[in-house]
Amino acid sequence: MAYVAVKGGTEAIEASIQRLQFERIQHQELLDVKTIMATMRGMVDQVMSESSLYSEFLAALAIKQAEGNMEEAVFLLRAHRSTLPRHYYTRVVETETMVVERRISASFKDIPGGQILGASYDYTHRLMDFDLIDESEASMQTWLEQYLVEEVAVSEGTDLTALPKVVDYLRKEKLLAEVSEDQTEPIDVTKRSLQFPTTRGERLQVLTRGQTGAVTSLGYAAIRGYGAVHPTVGELRVGKLPLTIGHPTDPSDDFTNDYYIGEIKVTEVESFVPITVQKDNHREELEFEIGYGICYGQNETKAIAMSILDQSLEFGRQGHPTQDEEFVLLHIDSVESSGFISHLKLPHYVTFQSKLDSMRRIKKESGQ
Amino acid sequence: MQHTTHFALFDEGSKKEIRRAILKAVAIPGYQVPFASREMPIARGWGTGGLQITLSIIGKQDVLKVIDQGADESVNAVNIKKLVNKTTGVETTIETSEATIIQSRHRIPEVSLTEKQIMVLQVPIPEPLRWVEPSEFKTKKLHAEKEYSGAWLQLFEQIMKYGKTATNADHPVLVHDRYVMAPSPIPRFDNQKMHQSEALILLGAGREKKIYAVPPYTDVASLAFEDYPFEVESFDEKHCHHCQATNVFMDELVDQETGETYYQCNDTSYCLARLNEQETLLEVAVEHAR
Amino acid sequence: MQDKPILQVKNLVKQYGSGCSVCADANDEVLEKNICPHCRTVYACRSISFDVYPGEILGIVGESGSGKSTLMKCLYFDETVTSGEGYMTPYEAGMANVFEQSSQQQRLIRNTILGMVYQNPVLGLKMDFSSVGNIAEKLIAAGDRNVQRMETRSKVLLEHVHIPLTRMKDEPKKFSGGMQQRVQIAKALSNNPPILLLDEVTTGLDLSVQASVLDLIKTIQRELGISMIVVSHDLAVIRMLADRTIVMLNGKIIEQGLTDQILEDPQHAYTQQLVYSLI
Repeated sequence: MAYVAVKGGTEAIEASIQRLQFERIQHQELLDVKTIMATMRGMVDQVMSESSLYSEFLAALAIKQAEGNMEEAVFLLRAHRSTLPRHYYTRVVETETMVVERRISASFKDIPGGQILGASYDYTHRLMDFDLIDESEASMQTWLEQYLVEEVAVSEGTDLTALPKVVDYLRKEKLLAEVSEDQTEPIDVTKRSLQFPTTRGERLQVLTRGQTGAVTSLGYAAIRGYGAVHPTVGELRVGKLPLTIGHPTDPSDDFTNDYYIGEIKVTEVESFVPITVQKDNHREELEFEIGYGICYGQNETKAIAMSILDQSLEFGRQGHPTQDEEFVLLHIDSVESSGFISHLKLPHYVTFQSKLDSMRRIKKESGQ
Repeated sequence: MQHTTHFALFDEGSKKEIRRAILKAVAIPGYQVPFASREMPIARGWGTGGLQITLSIIGKQDVLKVIDQGADESVNAVNIKKLVNKTTGVETTIETSEATIIQSRHRIPEVSLTEKQIMVLQVPIPEPLRWVEPSEFKTKKLHAEKEYSGAWLQLFEQIMKYGKTATNADHPVLVHDRYVMAPSPIPRFDNQKMHQSEALILLGAGREKKIYAVPPYTDVASLAFEDYPFEVESFDEKHCHHCQATNVFMDELVDQETGETYYQCNDTSYCLARLNEQETLLEVAVEHAR
Repeated sequence: MQDKPILQVKNLVKQYGSGCSVCADANDEVLEKNICPHCRTVYACRSISFDVYPGEILGIVGESGSGKSTLMKCLYFDETVTSGEGYMTPYEAGMANVFEQSSQQQRLIRNTILGMVYQNPVLGLKMDFSSVGNIAEKLIAAGDRNVQRMETRSKVLLEHVHIPLTRMKDEPKKFSGGMQQRVQIAKALSNNPPILLLDEVTTGLDLSVQASVLDLIKTIQRELGISMIVVSHDLAVIRMLADRTIVMLNGKIIEQGLTDQILEDPQHAYTQQLVYSLI
């Protein structure tokens, strides 16, 4: 009779997974993926943004599977993302072409095209709405019908597809620091790991994939004292952007053969940040630089914080951690930070035994 | 919606890309090669570096062994094994000598490895100089310039303070007299197994996006001063309470009733093999006696 | 004095800024002191050439902003030169321009041929490591792997610079400025570098400490025959130490010669001013 290996691990895992399934459905209530897509806009947008995969359906499915745990949902979608073949890059999108749903500027009261408040929590009173407990299908329908009639009447006549950018106004006044156009193909951070110092393109990619909370916190630190950025939100837009790809067999830049592949909803922020520039006559002048933030879906805090961090890293190196690209970029990824923190749950018997050995030796040495 | 997965999860393009990084790592022993680490179905920090290596080198003929902290049955080891088996169908084993690929977290098996085997180690922090210098940009430069005084100075300071070096697992090694390398948090006891190893050793750090390697028959020296030689964890006068083995890395356990400390092999499959061997010998002896 | 210099510097240029058409040839008529009034490029070292002979102490004197500290940083590879050549006989028999070597080679030169004492001890010491560890760092960098030997050497050096051995395991951050400076000197000397660079080493020290440090430097030089470059704004320090002296102003050498000669018969108006203020 030979000895047999203990099979504890396999069984324990199986039982744990069963238990997890039980937790999800024990109350015998089911949530449709469709319902999540339709009603959990904030979560869906955040999951898409942090996992850098635009699919409301998959995000909703991930949320369902993860029982609403955001880091888990992002993780699921990221893992799925790495199994997908990536055949094309889209054409560069000009955000002037955005179909705007919301657009505000904190720098100018009267912007060409006007301020469009759109859907926003900003001016809601944060009071619990107990009516929602008994919200009925009928009341919802009535409300909707009435709203749509009124809304269509109001919004007719405004072209929301070609609103000028606020930044153009500053550019005309020559208040923007001049930058030459850069047509270098950006480095895809999911195909080449970060090498320091990074390019701005790499930084923007990592920031837009960053965990919402982490990006917000670091952006907050950078304007509160642990940084030197003093931004004004030049323009914040939420809206839809059309995406196209070039004809697969036609390498030319002939856009007439392009394929339209769909649209994505994004939040875009251009923050104006004053910087000192050296002029030829050795005088220093103040000009504006743009801090750029963009993310999938409507997530305004993240996009603004991203624009702050973009500037902070662009002109950094004055000793604040928010200006240190390694500090910011290497620690804001949801999957990486949550993964490494949670790995501490793994057994560390061997490493701990090694530590014990080391400590005992030292104690022995000092004669204790 | 597509639900089938490719052999070993990755598409062939991704595997090739990772294998190119591995080849580079083998060509420059101890040098950390950056690679486009993917998000995996298991968490970052739970062995995704090792897993990506395993998945990109595994073929249908391979036999896989996965261990975590010495144990084949540790939940994380089981989980990784399950994932690879599910996506490749390759045979798995707990027998070290039967395996062609051994993925491990923090241990090198007690049985010596052979030229026919590849050891894949999971790495949390691949940069041996990280505790000396937090910036990746600067550590890269230090490696390029072969400037390792920082790593040595840490050991020196420990000797000044404690009269001994106080490193735990992950004691830094010098590979092929060129690169200082983190051997991953294997105990110091296992460092010596890397020196002139017959098996190829591949190390993967998924979260930190680095792959590095110790090719077969490469010199690996644990950093140590001439007059303070490198010391491994000591299990002198200790033996495994199952198989009576000595001179192996052991887990320390406490008897709940007597409160006494006892030891057992950390490498569970090694222990098991020994027990079976003893059993067989006993049976043979009994047989003979008849 | 021997024939062959241990260190030769030829036309060392260090500028901060890319220059412009106005300051292209960087001459005195155009520049305000050593700065281009148009593009603000700073010409910190303008074609500096000099030799240092084995066992000699070369003094470099000048006001702050004269370029003397930048010159030292260039020689220790803390700063990259804009152009120029440097030859050190212990390296490739003095045949290779050290400024053109890879950073790995430059580090080797730094670790085995040069010693540096900065004006600010923070630059030369790891404030959180023990003093003995700080000295060992330089020895380790130069290839020593024997703790006993390094500890003994550190003790000798610390005693030499009057740091009580009871404090050898203390971190420099716990020391006074003078003590920090002495640890730094001990560190720079640890691997017997053939060339030692001293940048304003006595600035900010008490007079008595200053004297003992200067004495120490002198003794070391006599005992070990180390070649030194001593940079100071203080002509008194230079007078005490240097065999030969270079006077720098606005990034240029304006006068050089035997120290005694310069003290007795200064040629340049600026040097005269320096010398008279000393007396």
